[in-house]
Amino acid sequence: MSDHAARDAKAGTASAGQWIGRPVHRVEDPRVLAGHGTYVDDMHLPRMAEVAFVRSPHAHARLLRVDVERARRHPGVVAVLTGAEAARHAAPVRGILLHYQGMKTGPQHPLALDRVRYVGEPVVVVAAASRAAAEDACELVEAEYEPLPPLLDADSALRPDAVRLHDELEDNCILHAAFRGGDPETAFREADHIFTDTFSFARHTGVTIEPRSLLAQFEPATRSLTVWVSTQVPHMMQAVLAAILGLEEHRIRVIAPDVGGSFGIKIHVYQDDIAACLVAVLTGRPVKWVADRRESFLADIHAREQRVAVELATKADGTILGLKAEVVAPVGAWSAYPRSSVVEGSQTVRLLPGPFRVRNYAYTLDVVAQNKVITSQYRAVGHPIAAACMDGIVDLAAAGLGLDPAEIRLRNLLRRHEFPYTSITGNLYDSGSYAECLEALMERSGYAALRQEQAHLRERGIYRGIGLCCFIEITGPGAQFYGMGGAPISGQDGTTVRLEPTGKVTALIGVTDQGQGTHTTMAQIVAEHLGVDVRDVKVISGDTAATPYGGGTWASRGSVVGAGAAILASQAVRAKIVAVAGHLLEANPDDLEIRGGRVSVKGSPARSLSLGDVARTVHYESHKLPKGMEPSLEATNHYTNPIAWTFTNGAHLASVEVDVETGEVRLLKYAVVEDCGRIINPAIVDGQVRGGVAQGIGGALYEECVYDGAGQLLTASLMDYLMPSTAEVPDILVDHLETPSPFTVGGFKGVGEAGTAGAPGAVMNGVNDALRPLGARITRQPMTPERILRALRAAGK
Amino acid sequence: MSTPSLRAIHLTVNGEPQRCAVEPRRSLADCLRHDLGFTGTHVGCEHGVCGCCTVLFNREPVRSCLLFAVQADGGEVITVEGLARDGKLHVIQQAFWEEFALQCGFCTPGFLLTALAFLRDRPDPTAEEVRLALSGNLCRCTGYHTIVRAVLSAAKRLREHGGSEVPGPHSAS
Repeated sequence: MSDHAARDAKAGTASAGQWIGRPVHRVEDPRVLAGHGTYVDDMHLPRMAEVAFVRSPHAHARLLRVDVERARRHPGVVAVLTGAEAARHAAPVRGILLHYQGMKTGPQHPLALDRVRYVGEPVVVVAAASRAAAEDACELVEAEYEPLPPLLDADSALRPDAVRLHDELEDNCILHAAFRGGDPETAFREADHIFTDTFSFARHTGVTIEPRSLLAQFEPATRSLTVWVSTQVPHMMQAVLAAILGLEEHRIRVIAPDVGGSFGIKIHVYQDDIAACLVAVLTGRPVKWVADRRESFLADIHAREQRVAVELATKADGTILGLKAEVVAPVGAWSAYPRSSVVEGSQTVRLLPGPFRVRNYAYTLDVVAQNKVITSQYRAVGHPIAAACMDGIVDLAAAGLGLDPAEIRLRNLLRRHEFPYTSITGNLYDSGSYAECLEALMERSGYAALRQEQAHLRERGIYRGIGLCCFIEITGPGAQFYGMGGAPISGQDGTTVRLEPTGKVTALIGVTDQGQGTHTTMAQIVAEHLGVDVRDVKVISGDTAATPYGGGTWASRGSVVGAGAAILASQAVRAKIVAVAGHLLEANPDDLEIRGGRVSVKGSPARSLSLGDVARTVHYESHKLPKGMEPSLEATNHYTNPIAWTFTNGAHLASVEVDVETGEVRLLKYAVVEDCGRIINPAIVDGQVRGGVAQGIGGALYEECVYDGAGQLLTASLMDYLMPSTAEVPDILVDHLETPSPFTVGGFKGVGEAGTAGAPGAVMNGVNDALRPLGARITRQPMTPERILRALRAAGK
Repeated sequence: MSTPSLRAIHLTVNGEPQRCAVEPRRSLADCLRHDLGFTGTHVGCEHGVCGCCTVLFNREPVRSCLLFAVQADGGEVITVEGLARDGKLHVIQQAFWEEFALQCGFCTPGFLLTALAFLRDRPDPTAEEVRLALSGNLCRCTGYHTIVRAVLSAAKRLREHGGSEVPGPHSAS
């Protein structure tokens, strides 16, 4: 299969400028390729101690007694903290967002106090001269537990006689929400057909290849804390550490060095992270904490465990009349702090209508606590589930009505002339190419030929399926996600652009990088707006002492909010440059252009100055400037999305083959047509889509955090938790349409999560399409061979 | 529990002799990273699955998280830091850069060394063979598409240079 997208990407997008729209090679790469990346665990400080944790072996138990005396005396041990000791110095947190009415959750301490609520919960932290010595000492800690019945699913947790996970709360329900829009009762009564199904998605997790890591250093004289941490959100960490540890926020410096992947995992505040920082504060010694892979599985946030019952009401021709959904989301023992654990389920219900025309809709949502590790935001948060359920029920309707799956979608997808469109759940779809992406996908993937091949092979007993998934994606939010709910999370972002005396440029950005090439794309934006070479722009990020205050990277906001700030700051510096140059050249600044690092009069290239000339004048010869002109070539601007968020969209196609003897699924071909607005770097964008698709494939076929009946995590290593490798992920064809946002500066939208949003639905629909002639259907992910064989047996095959 | 005694080991890393004193339980990965300062080799799982820790030991790719440092005594190790020469990237590093074959970079050193050893033994592989050869290295960022392209591109260029001795041909500036 040829990769047209790659050829096109090399040439730049249709709307490419000098740098924006071009596949500029990443500035991050040479250093990292040479082995000179600096991840947290690569760092050492003098007298550094390393921590290990004693973790709960029970899913639910009273913690009766902890004895750490032998551990304290072990050679090399620097400090040991129990929950009671930690509670004297660290405030508990509660993961409440105020704009989710009625949500409730218990307080969470860095180390368990009198109860443990999930296997892996930290109970004691030990700091020693080495991680090995700390682990040795952990084995000397004695802890006495009184096991309690564990609650391991929503139904058990909601029973009236269920033990309460938090004594102060009346039950284990974290949030109940209900919605009714339009007139679903009439829609369902008048429908020609009603289709029903229940989809369930297993818990799985991000599995960042670099585990969570931090290095904390406290200076007692000034009560200042410096934390190097593998995080997406340095400023948020600054705020929460101050609040929890009782320090002054401006005396906390958080630095994110190179981060080895995050996908949302490293955006949350973890008990063990707080405990490690607390040890640093109490001992005055630098403390390093690196999760090992088992701890990552036990204690990183999990995600996606939801059960969704859907009903779709349609006319005989497939027109959607109404939609109903009941979503049950068992999360973990607490709602996560500070982003909560209700957003994922809320996204599912609010986005279920997706890119389709739905005017009558009712849903209920129950977010329930259970004795497992917390779940919270992981790449594409709720979108994969919403898209899989909606596209799954639409496929069921297509089969029931005798319509081609593409045809029923085209009948119901919103069209260009309908934008801006307010969904039944109140989301403003600002712009998009919903039907157009599907049409382009069908053409690019050879849909008609795939259908013919499928029919032909079916006669020979080979079961191939074609799965479609059309999705929309929220990107670039402002304050509406978290800030308005009381969380210390910035909805704006800032960029400083500075022309150095040499005429080169430095940009300091509040958004961050975890591998998505943020430095490269921001350099492209600045270079384009200043008229310099992209290689002459140096970008600095991830340091609260250096960059403007911002929100970091999440919800695909970097290329919306971060780029917006970068554009404004670049424009401001450009204005200063031409003001100075205009004075020096005795020309009107409006008549000047900047190209290739030189400022010249349009039409008279001989009348020009280098940017270095301009900069040196301002910095060293400011007497040459007009009186009253500020001698500055630096600007800091902040930006937030003028609307709540901007929507992207796309369509996925998965061509699969199911071996009905073994239940194994092979992915033959995968194609995506994605519209993320104006593209900054097509190669980087394609990389984001492909990486996201691979994660979605993982969730659809392989990945599951399996707990046994006692609440023990059985998949705590990469031997048991299956990650897709090169052998499982096929070539992925990616193509784009570009519908700029009419509202954001630059017209950019986000793209980081789009691949993950569409893949689970496409793969599931493909498998069901393959199984349809055999009367089998599977709506539970991951679709393991065992589950597929059970579905076939249930159909009598 | 008494502290284990230290053992003196000597090994060559990227062509230079190194010595250190390690506990018997010290992995080669931790020794390279923390005792000798070669932090380019990364640790992703410590149970031999993710492949991040892959180095060449006596010319063969090994999981340095599953080797004790004392087992490397007297041996020759090549890490990612040994690939570039005088600031010039090795052909395989250059290919990864040109094909956008890395994002966060954490798995990349393991892929580079695994791929180099593979291409030395199989200089003209098909895409399918490349996929199988790399199936023991996990990447969470790229979806593998561009990694496969980069390895095929490097294979072609290494064939043109007449071999893939490691550390071998370096890109022309």
